[in-house]
Amino acid sequence: MAANNLRHALFCAIVTLIISFPILGLNLEAKGINITLTGAKTSTYVAIVLAAVVVFVFQIFRDSFMGVLGKLPNLNPLAGREPMEQSKRVKLESWILTGIVIFALFWPFLVSRGSVDLATLVLIYIMLALGLNVVVGLAGLLDLGYVAFYAVGAYTFALLSQYTGISFWMALPIGALLAGLTGMILGFPVLRLRGDYLAIVTLGFGEIIRILLNNWTTLTGGPNGIGGIPDPTLFGMEFGRRVKEEGNTSFHETFGIAYASEHKIIFLYLIALVLAVITALIIRRFMRMPVGRAWEALREDEIAARSLGLSRTAVKLSAFTIGAFFAGFAGTVFASKQGFISPESFVFLESAIILAIVVLGGMGSQLGVILAAIAVTILPELAREFSEYRMLIFGAAMVLMMVWRPQGLLPMRRIHIKLNRQE
Amino acid sequence: MQDLLYFSQQLINGLTIGSAYALIAIGYTMVYGIIGMINFAHGEIYMIGAYTALIAITGLTALGLAWLPLILIVALVCAMIVSSSMGWAVERVAYRPVRGRHRLIPLISAIGMSIFLQNYVHLAQGSRNVGFPALIEGGFNFSADGAFQMSLSYIQITIFITTLICMIALSLFISRSRTGRACRAVSQDLGMASLLGIDTNRIISATFVIGAALAAVAGLLLGMYYGSVDPLFGFIAGLKAFTAAVLGGIGSIPGAMLGGLILGVSESLTSGYLSGEYKDVVSFGLLILILLFKPTGLLGKPEVEKI
Repeated sequence: MAANNLRHALFCAIVTLIISFPILGLNLEAKGINITLTGAKTSTYVAIVLAAVVVFVFQIFRDSFMGVLGKLPNLNPLAGREPMEQSKRVKLESWILTGIVIFALFWPFLVSRGSVDLATLVLIYIMLALGLNVVVGLAGLLDLGYVAFYAVGAYTFALLSQYTGISFWMALPIGALLAGLTGMILGFPVLRLRGDYLAIVTLGFGEIIRILLNNWTTLTGGPNGIGGIPDPTLFGMEFGRRVKEEGNTSFHETFGIAYASEHKIIFLYLIALVLAVITALIIRRFMRMPVGRAWEALREDEIAARSLGLSRTAVKLSAFTIGAFFAGFAGTVFASKQGFISPESFVFLESAIILAIVVLGGMGSQLGVILAAIAVTILPELAREFSEYRMLIFGAAMVLMMVWRPQGLLPMRRIHIKLNRQE
Repeated sequence: MQDLLYFSQQLINGLTIGSAYALIAIGYTMVYGIIGMINFAHGEIYMIGAYTALIAITGLTALGLAWLPLILIVALVCAMIVSSSMGWAVERVAYRPVRGRHRLIPLISAIGMSIFLQNYVHLAQGSRNVGFPALIEGGFNFSADGAFQMSLSYIQITIFITTLICMIALSLFISRSRTGRACRAVSQDLGMASLLGIDTNRIISATFVIGAALAAVAGLLLGMYYGSVDPLFGFIAGLKAFTAAVLGGIGSIPGAMLGGLILGVSESLTSGYLSGEYKDVVSFGLLILILLFKPTGLLGKPEVEKI
């Protein structure tokens, strides 16, 4: 046993060396047309050897280590507690959410312009994550091309404003409806596929949309994107220094205050906040409606749900369409915030980030998803020096979550009744 | 004659790419055949193979080695070792702990792993693409009347021959060796195989290692063919190879070979006759159509849904 253990540990340590040394330790550098190989810093080599030693020691003492870990008193004081009563939990959750919204309302007046801009982005991600949560978390359909619907929303606004001069408020429902329609058209044929095939098909669809946006240069401007997307207006009041469109007035003149460029950013933030709250409320309502329960029933056991008379296509299609609809919503806001969009913003990685938010937050749980969206968007900004490690950490976090806590940080608890056995 | 030459040129290009796709596709199909999961990080394993091969080639050239076959063979072996270790480690860290859980959980774990590996190479080697030296140059040229030349380069011949050797070796391994027989048994019925004394964990690791080694071969070959590598190099190739695996019938090794060739040819015909930008659209479109109308692929067995 001991010899076996040693051999295994040695093997693991060697594998660690093999997979880290060539890639980390030897750097390719292009000098003109020649490529040269340079060594890395000494600290890198030390780190590689250290990693191998750690793996070796861990593997040797793996059994006893795991034993000790199992015997440790549980560090989490909440772990042994009875789960909170359902009604209390729901109440607590809605209090927390209300608290977040109230705090968010005052946020822009307390902080700098950059923070408000970032907060708008957070809200857009919250909308996206809430929408994807319906598809992945509630209905259990892994959609890897979610960003395609986001792109449909954004490009709808951009193109309509370019060709017809449509305003933000008109584009918002049109963009969302078009995204929803795209979701429905795509969903109709693909939803009878099994889980992982569905994931790949949606991924392929997302890539097709991106390639089309990139190459249909006459319509979408290709990689150059579309600029000059108008800002939203408030009852015909514009937020620029000068009024761009006939018939509009400007915000600062109407209220007789000095012009400040912050007004526009704060206004956009408030719009995003209102839309995010609306998204959350609508989806919350859906979750308690029969259709929401049907999503979960189908996710839990498709055969049982179908034998109870649920139409698989209709239920899945509704989830897919609603998810796409809110992605379109978010896309319109994004286009308006950036003022410029290009296919660069709609790559697969974006889908993966939104998926990571849903997974980290706990699939199906609204509060969890909102908190995860805030964390995932803000943390890299706070730790700027680590920002290049952002995606690395993302990937690792997704793997670790799946291994240790696949239900997410704040898992969803369904409303349930506990039946007591009668004496 | 002119048209025929042009067509054959596209055919040759397509078969070249297609045979490399087939090599990568085998990794997908073997893993899927045994544990029923899509190894999303497989494209990254292929990319790491290409990088390692390039590192080895550069290192050997810097050491003053000049005999080409030796360089290639050493680079190939290095790439295969590093990629297989990576495949083994990935299975151990990211897939084994989640095996047997709900279908989506291993897939999400695999996506995480894919992002992780992409950024691992990105951070270590930089995000810019690095030129791959053209080690095998030249080729045969055919022309009818001097207007259009059809060329069959030596690198294309190398790709064909290497792929052929790998495929034959793999077929022999699967059909003759003890491990190969165990692989087939495990893919038929994992539970039963383990009852009969097969160490299933070992066999699953072995499929990952074999798949990764073949992906590394493809990495070296396609790296030389395209002339550059970058950290995102594996993503699209991985998707294409997955398409090839599905096209041929996922779980079937001959299917992966057939699927790779068909995909390669259809891609190069698209870029030859329509437009190069849309070749990805064609392959993804093909994937969607196959999954919709014949999810078992060309050579796959129909899957029975058990209640």
